[in-house]
Amino acid sequence: MALNIIPSTISDCDISAQLQQQVQSSIDLRSPLVIRGGGSKSFYGRASVETSNILEMKHHTGVMDYDPTELAITVRAGTRLKDLEALLDSKQQILAFEPPQFNANSTIGGVVAAGLSGPRRAYTGSIRDAILGVDIINGDGKIVHFGGQVMKNVAGYDMSRLMVRSMGTLGVILSVSLRVLPKPNKEITVVIDASQEESLGYYQQWRLQHLPITATVWYNDKLTVRLSGTEITLGIAMQSFESLPSTTVLNDADIFWQSIRNHHHPFFSEVTKPLWRLSLPSSTKVIARFEGDLLIEWGGGQRWVSSNVPANIVRGVVKRHGGYATLFTGHKLLPEVPPFPTLAPELFALHKSLKRKLDPQGIFNPGRLYRDL
Amino acid sequence: MITSPEVHKNLLLALREILAEDYLLTTKEDLKPYECDGLSSYQRLPLAVALPSTIEEVQKIIRVCESLRVPVVARGAGTGLSGGALPHEGGIILGLARFNQIFDIDPENMTMRVQPGVRNLAISEAAAPYGLYYAPDPSSQIACSIGGNVAENAGGVHCLKYGLTVHNVLEVKIVTVDGDLIALGSNTLDTPGYDLLALVTGSEGMLGVIVEVLVKLLPRPPATKVLMAAFDYIEDAANAVATVISAGIIPAGLEMMDQLAIEAAETFAHAGYPLDAEAILLCELDGNEAQLNEQVSIVTDTLRAANASSVVMASSTEDKAKLWAGRKAAFPAVGRMSPDYYCMDGTIPRKHIAQVLMEIKALSKHYGLRVANVFHAGDGNLHPLILFDANQDGELQKAERFGADILELCVKMGGTITGEHGVGHEKIDQMCVQFNEDELSHFHHIKHAFDPYELLNPGKAIPTLHRCAELGAMHVHNGELPHPDIPRF
Repeated sequence: MALNIIPSTISDCDISAQLQQQVQSSIDLRSPLVIRGGGSKSFYGRASVETSNILEMKHHTGVMDYDPTELAITVRAGTRLKDLEALLDSKQQILAFEPPQFNANSTIGGVVAAGLSGPRRAYTGSIRDAILGVDIINGDGKIVHFGGQVMKNVAGYDMSRLMVRSMGTLGVILSVSLRVLPKPNKEITVVIDASQEESLGYYQQWRLQHLPITATVWYNDKLTVRLSGTEITLGIAMQSFESLPSTTVLNDADIFWQSIRNHHHPFFSEVTKPLWRLSLPSSTKVIARFEGDLLIEWGGGQRWVSSNVPANIVRGVVKRHGGYATLFTGHKLLPEVPPFPTLAPELFALHKSLKRKLDPQGIFNPGRLYRDL
Repeated sequence: MITSPEVHKNLLLALREILAEDYLLTTKEDLKPYECDGLSSYQRLPLAVALPSTIEEVQKIIRVCESLRVPVVARGAGTGLSGGALPHEGGIILGLARFNQIFDIDPENMTMRVQPGVRNLAISEAAAPYGLYYAPDPSSQIACSIGGNVAENAGGVHCLKYGLTVHNVLEVKIVTVDGDLIALGSNTLDTPGYDLLALVTGSEGMLGVIVEVLVKLLPRPPATKVLMAAFDYIEDAANAVATVISAGIIPAGLEMMDQLAIEAAETFAHAGYPLDAEAILLCELDGNEAQLNEQVSIVTDTLRAANASSVVMASSTEDKAKLWAGRKAAFPAVGRMSPDYYCMDGTIPRKHIAQVLMEIKALSKHYGLRVANVFHAGDGNLHPLILFDANQDGELQKAERFGADILELCVKMGGTITGEHGVGHEKIDQMCVQFNEDELSHFHHIKHAFDPYELLNPGKAIPTLHRCAELGAMHVHNGELPHPDIPRF
């Protein structure tokens, strides 16, 4: 039988007792707590409350269980994403949701709490699809364990998925178990000259074909597509692309995809206007042409707009198309605009009710996701 | 929870205002068909069965029940295997079978909007003209309804590659205990706020009543092939499962059957299974032709290296159907070998399959009851079928104890008491083994956020702390395996 833990350079450091103590005293004093991992996504969402009561997660690190044949890994929340991915890579495995790593300090706990997924998301699933289990410190100050390392598990409510994108407002994530996938043998990236309309048309055609697409980006009349698979699969898939006008193969494709995933691409890094993330039904055609810049990912499902158009117009247009808009960066330019869209009143009431029950003293990252949560 | 005659009378009066006479059942004969679900060893009669056909009617019924504090048990097709739709003596059954409309097929976004009473297979049938299908395929798919699938987070043979219900549903509309209609999730790849869609999926009717579902559809694979590998030793078959997965290939399905299951299925379905094998693996691969040939050759080599005594491939529709026929007929076939059987549903990490099968064998000897194993090996989701005769004094209780031991073994191995059938009424006591007091309290907080008076399917899925404490006095858990006298290897 394989050893449960593959040797890695990730230091094995369990400070859960210490973290639990700080949570307990915050509960006792009803003192709001800011949970902080690597701080790489501190810009995202609503601002943290002003407090010196910071729960530092970055020292709570280590691999608790990893057996590559199980396609699952369990790590402490403070483990850096960078280190985790390096370990998986050494075993030819990947996190299929390709979470963004805005800087090297990004921790896996933060990845779960923010719930952001990267270029591969539309093709191999999101972080909520990959999460299998969590250990958390809850609002009673207890360390509780939900889910596990197996995919099929329907005992009790799904707390693991509830922690994803909850922005730390429902408890402290101590460790997570994630499903991992085999790393594709080979990847090829092609670049096609295409207008926005043509690109959206291609997405539509490709959706029904069994092409091994694992990422798409349309920007500046160029459509970039990544294909992943074995030599044979890619050989066949390339035939569909070679017939298209002006298809070229991109060298150094990894650098390009990293720049999209981690927002180092000039579209993101040189942005001077508010940056909106639009989540839309994939088949949505060209929506209103806002002044500003546009980049489309996920086969049309995720569109980024940097624009000075008023927030209510952006949100209104996107809503008419059945989607929603998040103010991703540029909060300073639009200080009055909540980053996440307003929820229906009955739905928000359910959110508040859940928050009150799971965090009765209101100590976990209050206001980070919505006011009053 | 006892409902007084006064409340009972007021309840019926109020429900008669909402529903036409034919759709409110109150006589004993009419209630009888609703006394149990697919787990027929538990039966109870409800006070009434309400059969609404509109969301407004559901809202009104729930508001009446909430104001009178009458429990509501939602029911789809009643095929569940854990007693999740077992009635409450003091409550009503809210039957959703009349919600059987398919509203909208959107081939561009590959989604379908359906009512909860639509059958699982009917979704794939309606999607077929567009070259699409709905992936989760519980074995009851010809009868089970999508609302029940969501409530139980149903699985099936193909979840290994395509995921459970939670991975294939985009939005559900629920009626809350206050009678509010709320949409959870959306037509996009993510939604703002908490992931209440995931929370409600698999919540066994405890958090709200599902009244509409938007499912994700997938393009039908262009081709599939099925491999059957026979093994002389069951341990080799079990270990081959992890080996196939670690070869970097995720099959569409990877199923295992042991000797007793093979024998039963072969006698019943004549699938051509080798009767001299201790175990077989059925492996389905899908994709386009070239991809498939490549995968078939890798998997065949892997199986041979894992000591398979033979590997047979089926590519024609008839041959594939024949290989699957035995697997699909396995439960009824085992049913013919014994007056009764009890189906378990634990999940364990793949690497422990061999060990757990050995321990089940030892337990079988200890209890003097036969076990057939036929299960979703790729997911580590076991379905031991315990054979017994309910007419023999004490055999049902023995089978139940045996089943409980298996589930506790699964928890001990880092797995879970239920992979796809749900906790329901059946496994409520094993929840005390898998979760401690703090975790159960956490679940109760969630329940109370949605349903403060505990009116939605009370008594199921999550045990009270009191119940677990009482059980604790009888059993010793604390990580101790049951029956320390049995040899373990």
